[in-house]
Amino acid sequence: MSQVPLSHILVVSTALFFIGMYGLFTRRNMITMLMSVELILNSVNINFVAFNKYLYPDKLEGVFFTLFIIAIAAAEAAVAIAIIINLYRNFHSIDVEDAGEMKF
Amino acid sequence: MSASAVIFYILSFFILATGLLAVTSRKIFRSAIWLLFSLTGIAGLYFWLQMEFIAAVQVVVYVGGIVVLIIFSIFLTQQSGRDLPAPVRSRAIFSVLAVCIGFVLTCVLLRGYAFGRTGRTDGGQTFAGPVASGVPAVDASVGTIGAQMLSTSEHGYVLPFEVISILLLAAMIGCIVIAMKIKPDEK
Repeated sequence: MSQVPLSHILVVSTALFFIGMYGLFTRRNMITMLMSVELILNSVNINFVAFNKYLYPDKLEGVFFTLFIIAIAAAEAAVAIAIIINLYRNFHSIDVEDAGEMKF
Repeated sequence: MSASAVIFYILSFFILATGLLAVTSRKIFRSAIWLLFSLTGIAGLYFWLQMEFIAAVQVVVYVGGIVVLIIFSIFLTQQSGRDLPAPVRSRAIFSVLAVCIGFVLTCVLLRGYAFGRTGRTDGGQTFAGPVASGVPAVDASVGTIGAQMLSTSEHGYVLPFEVISILLLAAMIGCIVIAMKIKPDEK
């Protein structure tokens, strides 16, 4: 582990973040957009764990932040999927372009 | 290059390749499966960082929970055999441009910032955190994490723990209320 510098891990998590960003920009389907958000959250978690491991190995703060982010991500995914299923029931589509009812 | 570094580069290539396939695949079900592989690779990365508990939580919550939820919702909401529409060409081009510029900018910033190296006087290039300066590393075992999570002392996390439990309860009730089907005669 010590042979790999911290910046390489950060580059990997940055690449994962921007892959998720690309998915969020190009996808119009709500479920796939939710998957992109999960990728972004995971890249942030990698950052927290790597910073904790490399910079502050005498503390556990990064681990706790990661655990709380995972818990909040699970709650967010469950609520988002409930909303998506309800939207599908009413509009018969989960495309964000079709869900313009509350726009303006 | 040691075996540990080789494992890291293989893992990161796996994570990035499957993540890229997850956001570009035209079939939504395949996209979910690629996401599953990517999340498993991230769990492997946590194992590589010797954070076994985080890796276990990642496998249980993400791979076992969120991806299964996503696959169920795919089955509930659309025909999984049908292709997703391709992104609009102009939007795809500008997204690639924005993403590449953002990635390069962040990498330049990472190059310019010396993480924890500034305090060193011997000019060593290898990474040195407080562990090199004599602070003993804490073991990230389940026992240590659990004791600190539920401790009420200065660095305890019992209040965020309770807040998270309230949040999970609220999310659960909210999901049930949102997804509840209203009977046609009550409408």
